[in-house]
Amino acid sequence: MVAKRIIPCLDVKDGRTVKGVNFVDLRDVGDAVALGQYYARCGADELVYLDISASKEGRATFTQLVERISDGINIPFTVGGGISSLEDAARLLDAGADKISINSAAIANPSLIDQIASRYGSQFVVVAIDARCGDDGVWRVTTHGGSRQSDKELFSWASEAEQRGAGEILFTSMNHDGTRQGYPCETFARMSQELSIPIIASGGAGSVKDIAEVLTEGRADAALAASIFHFGEITVGELKSELKKMNICVR
Amino acid sequence: MIAIIDYKMGNLRSVENALKRLGAEFVVTAEADVIKRADKVLLPGVGNAAEAMENLRQANLVEVIRSLRRPVLGICVGMQVMCCHSEEGDAKCLGIFDAKVRRFEPTAEEKVPHMGWNSIGNLESKLFKGINGGEMVYFVHSYYPELCPDTIATTRHGVMFSAALKYENFYGTQFHPEKSGDVGERIIANFLKL
Repeated sequence: MVAKRIIPCLDVKDGRTVKGVNFVDLRDVGDAVALGQYYARCGADELVYLDISASKEGRATFTQLVERISDGINIPFTVGGGISSLEDAARLLDAGADKISINSAAIANPSLIDQIASRYGSQFVVVAIDARCGDDGVWRVTTHGGSRQSDKELFSWASEAEQRGAGEILFTSMNHDGTRQGYPCETFARMSQELSIPIIASGGAGSVKDIAEVLTEGRADAALAASIFHFGEITVGELKSELKKMNICVR
Repeated sequence: MIAIIDYKMGNLRSVENALKRLGAEFVVTAEADVIKRADKVLLPGVGNAAEAMENLRQANLVEVIRSLRRPVLGICVGMQVMCCHSEEGDAKCLGIFDAKVRRFEPTAEEKVPHMGWNSIGNLESKLFKGINGGEMVYFVHSYYPELCPDTIATTRHGVMFSAALKYENFYGTQFHPEKSGDVGERIIANFLKL
């Protein structure tokens, strides 16, 4: 049985990881490779590196960083942030990324999913979806970190992304992101039922229980988290041994 | 010297990096002479099996690979093309392993692609020296090689399939040892010692 995956997410700005705190056995938490290796040692199943640089120079630095990550890490990693063309995807593939994550660019130009998937395979393409549930109960897809609303509805967009060749969906509820109150498990379960590709749950984890729920009731295949790991509240290893006690299959 | 066969099927960087971490010397090549002279040969590959076979034909490597007598390791699609046939693109493959490659049927419990860490069992080869049954390795694939007499490791994803195959000097893993953490590194190190 394939194990549920635990995926720490690292934000990178101008080649350095941000938002981390000092781990006891890590001298420089800004070093994206060292931090990734630390998580890998703790039992992370995959890593996601998100480039939040705004500048062109920052993007170039990120590509060099991806090469170093690929040299230094022996588990799969996904890179995302600002990928808007086949050329961007090719550059990151050549640098050694196992997968790329696309979000706003796919909404602006859905055929980008087809282009990248047909060229490099579905396993290379993660489509990230941020959505907000309105008062009318309809989940609408947002872009630019939740600040703009698109004309797309969550479930139809997720299905379209799958049809176009996405290998995985990374879904973040903007209603829950940053609240640490848990995930919308019913929404995840419905998405999991409607799609045949894996779903990664992101945004909202405040406790082990939240993560356990989204992996069971929410039927998510993986959980991605940033702050609970970066702030040292729980290590990946501790989380996984807790999940194991709850009879959830983890590595 | 180890030869990594470059037949334009995805990025080879992670395989190269895995060898670098183990301190092994290697060349990335599509030249028949270099491949024939190599002590060990790696055939990685990500993507479509039919396209992979076509690329091997274009590079005139079909007979070269079949004729190798030193240890060869196919990884993922590199292993699938060493089987006899793949449902992906209805491709006739190299026919080294006595297995057909079939597509997973998605179910409510089993997603396709089969992506992530899954356990390997029934381990039967020096390739798995020091590895216990039940250890997990990293898979990413939508097609799988059936069980057959060449099976040396099994995994279940809805169906039980060959996670690894061996026939004489030819080895193949459906999973990615180069992405499977310390367990994967051990498997590659074992291959290098064959």
